[in-house]
Amino acid sequence: MKTDNWILLQTISSHYKVELPFFTHLQELGLIEIEMIEQAPYIHSDQVYILERIIRIHQELDVNPEGIDIVLNLLQKIEHLQKDLVAAQNRLRLYETA
Amino acid sequence: MAFIDYYKILGIDKYATEADIKKAYRKLARKYHPDLNPNDKEAEKKFKELNEANEVLSNPENRKKYDKYGENWQHGEEYEKARQQQQQHYQNGSSQQSGFEGFSGGDYSDFFESMFGGRSTRGGYRNSVFKGQDFNAELHLDLKDVYTTHKRTLTINGKNIRLTIPAGVENGQVIKISGQGGEGANGGPKGDLYLTFNIENHTNFKLDKHNLYTTVDLDLYTAVLGGEITANTFDGKVKLTVKPGTQNGTKVKLKGKGFPVYKKEGEFGDLYISYQIILPENLTDKEKELFTELAKLRSMK
Repeated sequence: MKTDNWILLQTISSHYKVELPFFTHLQELGLIEIEMIEQAPYIHSDQVYILERIIRIHQELDVNPEGIDIVLNLLQKIEHLQKDLVAAQNRLRLYETA
Repeated sequence: MAFIDYYKILGIDKYATEADIKKAYRKLARKYHPDLNPNDKEAEKKFKELNEANEVLSNPENRKKYDKYGENWQHGEEYEKARQQQQQHYQNGSSQQSGFEGFSGGDYSDFFESMFGGRSTRGGYRNSVFKGQDFNAELHLDLKDVYTTHKRTLTINGKNIRLTIPAGVENGQVIKISGQGGEGANGGPKGDLYLTFNIENHTNFKLDKHNLYTTVDLDLYTAVLGGEITANTFDGKVKLTVKPGTQNGTKVKLKGKGFPVYKKEGEFGDLYISYQIILPENLTDKEKELFTELAKLRSMK
């Protein structure tokens, strides 16, 4: 399997100074997916953005992985609510001008 | 330059301990952190202020200088030296030449501010690599503009950005364009651009999600007897068969003649046409006669 779009977990661990068990914990919680390629752990480049966000919340705000899971869920809910709000406002505008 | 009270920013008093400062900073950082407040300019500004306040007050040496020199704390030593030299100059009398000729005590702090420059703004994360600032912009378009996917060049902060505007993008929708924000620091990635679409509708069609609504005038005779009419769709015309006895307000649905669905190529909403029956005006005598006849026939039924 090619590793073009895959990043070695050890590289990320060294760059951000985060221990490898942290990533395993994230995988157990379903926050990231780790792929074993030739017996080495990799993550897909698509996940880097979310992983960086998780690391920032962990390192800068001292939030543990379970807390990060809760935070990300809540942020997703907020995003959906914001979209629904915009749609509702558009609908309201439609009836106000009718 | 207005004085920035770092103690006030952290919500603590001047006598706060190091533990108090750390606790206050962490509590506010959890509240205003950009990752927890996406697209929130106020939170971003507040977070930068918090970081700056923490950087100064959490370091005992910096805090001491700040308490003594206020906003000029970074240049405190030069400030102190120059102040001492100035005091000496005045003590020795004005006949001595110095670099401060024509200089009044009242302008003292402004002079040194101009000499040493203003306070440098610091913010961002505690990590050594900083992602660039996110930019926010608003794009004003007409409904007609977003009927088809098209490319457009925008100028944001002096930079030309060529964007593809997808068909069906909704009013108020925010699109993130990665890497088009500010430059990162210390090799960090560029920030992102958040583009909000402000779409105005100047057409005869009302839009609800992907469905369009419009009213079409129908003459009395076609409504009663049936026939064919031509109606406008958003991008052209369509021939409609009107059934005999069509009542005022009757709605017809034209499937797939609505607005494009965002990010679903080829998929369209529907067009709903409401008939508005228009009564004939300025009847001739003959027409009035015929209508009167019709009214009699109807009443005899």
